[in-house]
Amino acid sequence: MTTPTGDSKPAGVSGFSRLHRFHGGLVLESYSGMSTTQPVAAAGIPDELVIPLQQHVGEIATPLVQPGDTVLKGQMIAAPQGSVSCPVHASSSGTVTAIEPRPFPHPSGMTLQSIVIATDGRDTWQPADTSLADYRQAAPAELLEHLRNAGIVGLGGAGFPTAVKLANAASHAIDLLLINGVECEPYITCDNMLMQERAGDILEGTRILQHILRPQQVVIAIEDGMPQAEAAMREAVDASQVDNIEVVRVPEIYPSGGERQLIKVLTGREVPSKGFPADVGIVCQNVGTAAAVQQAVLEGRPLVSRIVTVTGRGVRQPRNLEALVGTPFSHLVAACGGYTHDVERLLMGGPMMGFALQNDAVPVIKTTNCILAVSHDEMPPPPPALPCIRCSRCTEVCPADLLPQQLFWYASSGNLDAAQDYNLFDCIECGCCARVCPSHIPLVQYYRHAKTEIWAQEKQKKAADIARRRHEARQERLERIKRERAERLARKKQAVAGKNGQRDTDKQAAIKAALERVKQKKAQTDVAPRNVDNLTPEQQQKIEEVERRRRKPPPAGDS
Amino acid sequence: MEFRSYSSPHLPSQGEVPVIMQRVLLALLPGIACATWYFGWGVLINILLASLTAMAAEAAMLRIRGRQIAATLRDRSALVTGVLLALALPPLAPWWIPVIGSLFGIVVAKQLYGGLGYNPFNPAMAGYVVLLISFPLELTLWPPAGDWPSLPDTLAVVFAGILPAGSSLDALTMATPLDGVRTGLGMEETLSELRDTGLFGLVGGHGWEWINLWFLAGGLALLKLRVIQWHIPVSLLGSLLLASLVFYLLNPEQYTPPQFQLFSGATMLAAFFIATDPVSASTTPRGRLLFGAGIGLLIFVIRTWGGYPDGVAFAVLLMNMAAPVIDHYTQPRVFGHGRRQ
Repeated sequence: MTTPTGDSKPAGVSGFSRLHRFHGGLVLESYSGMSTTQPVAAAGIPDELVIPLQQHVGEIATPLVQPGDTVLKGQMIAAPQGSVSCPVHASSSGTVTAIEPRPFPHPSGMTLQSIVIATDGRDTWQPADTSLADYRQAAPAELLEHLRNAGIVGLGGAGFPTAVKLANAASHAIDLLLINGVECEPYITCDNMLMQERAGDILEGTRILQHILRPQQVVIAIEDGMPQAEAAMREAVDASQVDNIEVVRVPEIYPSGGERQLIKVLTGREVPSKGFPADVGIVCQNVGTAAAVQQAVLEGRPLVSRIVTVTGRGVRQPRNLEALVGTPFSHLVAACGGYTHDVERLLMGGPMMGFALQNDAVPVIKTTNCILAVSHDEMPPPPPALPCIRCSRCTEVCPADLLPQQLFWYASSGNLDAAQDYNLFDCIECGCCARVCPSHIPLVQYYRHAKTEIWAQEKQKKAADIARRRHEARQERLERIKRERAERLARKKQAVAGKNGQRDTDKQAAIKAALERVKQKKAQTDVAPRNVDNLTPEQQQKIEEVERRRRKPPPAGDS
Repeated sequence: MEFRSYSSPHLPSQGEVPVIMQRVLLALLPGIACATWYFGWGVLINILLASLTAMAAEAAMLRIRGRQIAATLRDRSALVTGVLLALALPPLAPWWIPVIGSLFGIVVAKQLYGGLGYNPFNPAMAGYVVLLISFPLELTLWPPAGDWPSLPDTLAVVFAGILPAGSSLDALTMATPLDGVRTGLGMEETLSELRDTGLFGLVGGHGWEWINLWFLAGGLALLKLRVIQWHIPVSLLGSLLLASLVFYLLNPEQYTPPQFQLFSGATMLAAFFIATDPVSASTTPRGRLLFGAGIGLLIFVIRTWGGYPDGVAFAVLLMNMAAPVIDHYTQPRVFGHGRRQ
């Protein structure tokens, strides 16, 4: 049953006894019982690991190995490239057999350059780098470098490199470190299970992050309806006897697992539309990321595995598995008893924001929190869409306070400027609007399409601008040559006739002023693409695809 | 293994347009029953004629436009238009009144603009206004509340224009409370004098107050079921209450008391069923407050100083016109944006 939100219940103590609420959202059934009956088990080592070189937001990593090389578990096999990037490690020992494009978990069914490892089954670790295990003596910069080398990205969803996030935060005064244990969507239970089983690791990781950021306060946020996880976390915090880490329970309202929504719930602060949590003095890290930080610093192990929820009525024995990065989805599903006969969709992620995959021959990546195999009855195909009757149920549930019905109107009619005026780029694609739409309109699909369209236009505009600037520069150069020639001529004449050519310099100034005016006007009308900083890999991918497509036929000689 | 591809969100959408329309129709039933109790068979005949015409017109237009007929009719929006229009019409009006009104509402005000979801004006009210302007006399044929002709007599009046033996049109019909009070005040009578004419009930118009009460009940049910939101009814009734209260306090002999305004004519029908038509209403939360308040105020103005028996239809259409502008200036503050942009 979907019901709009009620008032937040007070939970916890001290500074967070009064919680806030964000607009809209939905109370969704969690389906968490399906996959939490058994403890997390290791998924085992597949014969072949396919490790994509880009599992994070930012630049793709460069391979450090070649086919034929033997690698150890935890060995860095691709190095980061540029400042926003992340290395990739071998998730088990074996031999590199190929470096080639392989299917990647992405809605388009695209391939991505990957390192393929034939495993030897011994799972031999490389020597652990525990040089910073006594992290309290380490400088934050050292720790950041260590985390970067450990290949840690945000495990909650977007996969933003953690070291970059922490380094960016360092330039702000951080008063709150927020550890996000609020499961982002129904069905997903990997954070829940992690908290139940490894609360101590999460706490240690939190304290390392605390050492780096030195916030005034630390909150571990847990959702209502995870009593065991909450008890485990509270126990760990109590046992450690640190007094500035607090466990706070928040109401289970989708999408309160979203960073911005959770910050609003806990502090009442709103992260600026184009800003980051650090702008309001907050850094938010997923519990899984905290555990990965602990592992990297205390145990000296890079990020080579994660907990993946394998669930849905399309799989026989739903449960959580500790999976090596690069393990094929099919391997995990097999470890859960295989598919049921009526399986229809396969999703990576949850039922609200996850994406459908065409087949299961794709590897687990660092951001794979859930593999959701759905039966036909569980999520029947959408009925045909009816016209929008502007009932504005979507407005009621939009956590970004948008007017989804107006966005739909403009997006579907191709009026992209108006869609941007209505803040299309503040849409987080949570799907609440589509969930309550009585006309069954696939609203999110329209918004994604409009965004992609706008990005394409922005790129096109940028290219046109460059062409125009080049053209203007050429014009200016020609003018200058002409002018110089005229001046030389004038000087010659002057020398000959002893007369003054003052007029020319006036003209020059007038041209310059005119050019300046044009330039200024152009600068004013330039609209930078918005909300392009914190993109998910698939969005990034879309932009690049669009760019590549356009680049293909170079417009000859238009400048 | 291969799978079918879908776009997120994957959880199926909830709620259905036909269910919404169905609930609107059900919520109208108590009010319809009460109206029949006070005004007789004509109410039901009007509903039958208007809704059949509406459905037929919708089907014909869909056919001409090459759209799916059965699937679209199933959304029940044409039925809602027909019923709402019928409820605004006098029970002894000739049969072609609901037919013409319905035809105009569906063909011109709805389908020519693109059908459900695309009509800028409330189709039922557009149909009503066309009738009101074109056939003002026929739109006064209300029997006295609680004193209506038998079924055969009603059928004869409606379909053949034959009055019962020994009766006249004046004997058969009577001004509605709103109309009577307006005419009376226009002839320099005071409200205390008008109180003796039998136009008044306990708080509102005689008979009408009960009809309004039942529409209010149906409307509250719609609120409870979340078919409509509170903004428009509350602001509409609030502004009507406020405006009538101010003038009533200034001169209680010249202006009707607020409770009379709230419980006469089509006030409750307008507040919960007509003005809340989402397609032609404002769509932002603040905009809906303005939209409703504007309708309430206009209802008071037209009833008090206008020349029509009620002000609902014009008030709704005028605010329909203003809805796009209201929406433009009342966009909510988006998450993470400053208070003022």
